[in-house]
Amino acid sequence: MTRNTLIRLSGLAVLLVVAVIFPLVITNALDTQIAVLTMIFVAAVAAWNLFSGFSGYISLGHAVFFGVGAYTVGLLTVHWKVIGGTIFALLPLGGLAAAVVAIPFGLIALRVRRHTFVVITIAIFFIFQLMAYNFSFTGGNQGVSTPFFLWTAASYNNPFYYVGLILAVGTIVLAWLIRNSRFGLQLLAIRDDEDRARGLGVRAMRVKLTAFVISGLITGMIGGLWWFFIGQALPETAFDPTFDLSVALMAFLGGFGTLAGPVLGALILEPLQQWEAITFTNGYVAEVSLGVIFLLVILFLPRGIIPTGKEFLTRWQAIRERRGQPAPDGTAPPASGSAVPSSAQTGGVR
Amino acid sequence: MTVLLRTEGVSKSFGGVQALDEAAIEVDEGSIAGLIGPNGSGKTTLFNVITGYERVDSGHVYLGGKEITNSAPDKVFAAGIGRTFQLTRVFSRLTVMENMIVAAQHHERGQGRGRLRNPLARAGGPATRRRAMELLEFTGIAGHAGALAETLSYGQRKLLEMSYVLMASPSIVLLDEPAGGVNPTLITMIADRIRQLNEQGTTFLIVEHNMDFVMGLCDKVTVLDYGSAVVSGPPSVVRTDPKVLDAYLGTAEDDDDIPVG
Repeated sequence: MTRNTLIRLSGLAVLLVVAVIFPLVITNALDTQIAVLTMIFVAAVAAWNLFSGFSGYISLGHAVFFGVGAYTVGLLTVHWKVIGGTIFALLPLGGLAAAVVAIPFGLIALRVRRHTFVVITIAIFFIFQLMAYNFSFTGGNQGVSTPFFLWTAASYNNPFYYVGLILAVGTIVLAWLIRNSRFGLQLLAIRDDEDRARGLGVRAMRVKLTAFVISGLITGMIGGLWWFFIGQALPETAFDPTFDLSVALMAFLGGFGTLAGPVLGALILEPLQQWEAITFTNGYVAEVSLGVIFLLVILFLPRGIIPTGKEFLTRWQAIRERRGQPAPDGTAPPASGSAVPSSAQTGGVR
Repeated sequence: MTVLLRTEGVSKSFGGVQALDEAAIEVDEGSIAGLIGPNGSGKTTLFNVITGYERVDSGHVYLGGKEITNSAPDKVFAAGIGRTFQLTRVFSRLTVMENMIVAAQHHERGQGRGRLRNPLARAGGPATRRRAMELLEFTGIAGHAGALAETLSYGQRKLLEMSYVLMASPSIVLLDEPAGGVNPTLITMIADRIRQLNEQGTTFLIVEHNMDFVMGLCDKVTVLDYGSAVVSGPPSVVRTDPKVLDAYLGTAEDDDDIPVG
């Protein structure tokens, strides 16, 4: 157990070091640009999973928080004429705006469950996109553009990369803390059987709404970062329906509701998408491939890479154990793997 | 003897179906009460109304003299009513121990009142885990504490449901068919455990179709028919009451109406 933890911790440390030195080693602007967008999606999917993965309520309306964050940060930057590195200080305000939006959004949408919840989130998403098109202060079709940031072109992407990394790591750590907390256990209980949870004293609405607001707050900050990086928020790019589809697909590819799965999904899918967009001049290739991957995941990896991989590993170990201890005097080897007691010791692994 | 749980004229209809019609029951503190009746007589609906899963159309529910009509399920649980479901409901992707800790949350929250609590504190302190293990040993499934609840058998799930309901030390436990679909040995064991808990002061209200189980365990039995309590009394009285026989076998008047010859 302790050895496993040690291996796991050192593995994470290595990953973190690689992530930190990545833009110092690979300085090609095209590559670092992909890296920035990947960090943005790692953070976004971790934030999404923190609510949807733990509670089982699949939100396709997180682009609302992303867009609200982007527009809030954008309008404030333009209005206050903020330039230079201090722009990142505005991100919490974007998050705050998204969190404020998340409260009424959640109070409405979280009254219903499962499929109805998904449909309501989509509907609310389109309301927000329409508002971005039609309000005067959002700039309508023109959106909001960034002023000039004045730092050297050679390492232009790096500040965005590191802020994205901080957001991503912070969100993952927060998700891990929540997963092991009383609050997280309540969310998981709601995922498994909400009515039963209520009957055991879990204040379901409060718990769900809290997770929704936390998730929205982080997504809003990520939206702000994205706006700084892309330089322009349009109603169709800041409030982008494919944002939600991508995030959901990344989570399902890696392992919906697990801690590492969604991150892994983002690390695979976002670079792939960006690479396709750059390699094939026809912009639709990336979108078509997204659809194909969606189908493949549903057909072959419905539970995601991490859970399926873990299952394979356990089965493989069981087979190896059986081969490793051949029955000495003709007695049948102990049935391992499928039996209940043997899995009792491996508790926390899910 | 004081009345712990009381419903008064509780009515509930689903569309045109009158599930409960002025249902009135009383459960004495420290007793084991039974609730029987034919299928569709409103037993589970009455449970749902008491525990806040359904709202009453009219009528009142009291727990220890305090009105709890139409309280939300989490409030009802906090007030001291635990219940199990007819089709067992456990958190299948959590471990048995985690299932127990979910039910202890209210308890833990109460202990932490007054000082600043860390919302990200780890779930289940040592005291909670100790109590959970005691209860799991009591119901005989302590060996599965680390296993996912979905790996349990049907009978074991029933025991888990009973165990986690007890985590918050409820004053009354509502059991919906505790003996349904489990083997005879387990039925005897469940009956034993109910008796032991009752001796320690827990009140029970039990819905059950297994008549031997009900008659052998309960101090008082109430019979529901078409959403109303028709008879209430000790098992020996209820067993021979003509109205009970009517409820289960059809009314005597119907028999009279059949033209003879």
